[in-house]
Amino acid sequence: MKLFATTALAMTFAASSALAMGHGACAAGKTLTDGTLTIATGNPAYYPWVMNDAPESGEGFEAAVAYAIADKMGFDANDVTWVRTSFDEAIQPGAKNFDFNMQQYSITPEREEMVDFSLPYYTSAMAVLTTQSVIEAGAEATLASLKGLKWGAVATTTALPILNNLIQPESDPLLYNDNADVNAAIMAGQIDAALYDLPTALYLSAVVVEGGALLGQFPPAQSERPDQFGLLMEEGNPLKECVDAAISELTESGELAAIEAKWLAESTGVPVIE
Amino acid sequence: MAETSPQNRAGERPATGPTRREVYEARVRRRSNRIALISTVSVVLAIVVLVPLAPGWDAVQRAFFNGRVFAATFPGLISAFLLNVMIFAWSAPLIAVTGLAIALCRDARAPALFPLRLFGVAYTDIFRGLPVVLVIYIIGFGVPGLGLPRPWNSPYIWGTLALVLVYSAYVAEVIRSGIDSIHQSQRSAAASLGLSDRDTMRFVVLPQAIRNVVPANMNLFIALQKDVALLSFIGPVEIFRQAGVFKSLYANFTPYVGAALIFLALTIPATRYSDYLMNKQNRART
Repeated sequence: MKLFATTALAMTFAASSALAMGHGACAAGKTLTDGTLTIATGNPAYYPWVMNDAPESGEGFEAAVAYAIADKMGFDANDVTWVRTSFDEAIQPGAKNFDFNMQQYSITPEREEMVDFSLPYYTSAMAVLTTQSVIEAGAEATLASLKGLKWGAVATTTALPILNNLIQPESDPLLYNDNADVNAAIMAGQIDAALYDLPTALYLSAVVVEGGALLGQFPPAQSERPDQFGLLMEEGNPLKECVDAAISELTESGELAAIEAKWLAESTGVPVIE
Repeated sequence: MAETSPQNRAGERPATGPTRREVYEARVRRRSNRIALISTVSVVLAIVVLVPLAPGWDAVQRAFFNGRVFAATFPGLISAFLLNVMIFAWSAPLIAVTGLAIALCRDARAPALFPLRLFGVAYTDIFRGLPVVLVIYIIGFGVPGLGLPRPWNSPYIWGTLALVLVYSAYVAEVIRSGIDSIHQSQRSAAASLGLSDRDTMRFVVLPQAIRNVVPANMNLFIALQKDVALLSFIGPVEIFRQAGVFKSLYANFTPYVGAALIFLALTIPATRYSDYLMNKQNRART
């Protein structure tokens, strides 16, 4: 009986390690540190992408996706380490301190020339964040009405090109360093509205901006070049094919959609801007 | 004013040809020029040849000196720079006037005007001690947040005010040092001629004081030229912000290099001019 149990245990062990080998084979020797996957995120990492600025917990959309990708690539949750980088650190020339970087990087052909992106793990709608008083003053969810507003955006995001292409505001938008500054400008009445990806906008309007409201959203299907988030990697990183394989596996199995449903708020309540 | 350059001394000795000393000095001069040339050329060569040999040079060149990105972004940077020039153009006179006023406050000598003097001291202490960015944030977001209607909450107005507050504190101190450099005997002389305190300041002290501090103030205005970029923190899209937008769009730092070139095109002549003024002043004093 004991012999049987031991054999069974040994067989299970062999099987599971073979499975792990099968998954991990792709990434073997391609990571920064052998046997460890180093993932970078923002400093701080924002809700709802990472909860409580603690990606190690696996809570929040991006943290959960990161661990799911790591799992598909054959890394245990314990084999994942996190580092923090700014956008600039992620694109600086020279050796990187991460295997891939995950902080809502939008994939664009221009960026693709300097760095590598994985397949997209999220396609974002863009949403118009404004305040109740602007809506009361007559702002509507129509392009004509949006053109007349005074706009703001975070300078380092792709919200700006989308704003200029899609809405084409009458006056030049004001640009800021980060979400906090945009919110300060909205509350000071210096801008009427700001363009964000929908999950961020939902959070800001509900929690951060006093009297905040969402005027409407531009669903991804409506735009020629929807805003898609990808993992950023050093150009020519051999890990890319493993990451892409993991992401397509997650997409096909529906796991990615399940993670999205769990962590990102329902967006159907926000009116669509035609 | 005593002229002491060697050429002039030579000019005073007619028609005897160069002296042995002059021949020797010319030889020394030629030799130093030769050495300076050789050393400069070899340093430049070393940089031009050695830096590209570094293993990461290709990556650095692609990220910072990318011709394609440069060509695509440079025109946008130039037009954004116009905003810098505009902000500078309306800030600089305001700073000059406010700085002068604060300096005069600090110099108020009548006992009844002591509060004014106190104000001058507090003003310069506070605004020279605070980081410019903080003042821009507090005034640029804070004051409009009190509920001012548009267009009175414009970041241009309040951002400019922040720049004026900080820079006028520096300018005030520079002007005050100029005022202090005018000897007390001049005020006494003016008083004995029957000039009032006010007229003494206006016709005797300030004309000399301001002339003395022109080079120091030039330095401040060159610094202001660059700090105008800090206004981008509260919204205006000036050259530095525009470069940041391009950087994020292209994932490339070349736009910053472009912006730096545009800055240099303006600050180098300004610096040279201020050096020239400073030298001229030094010569006038000896």
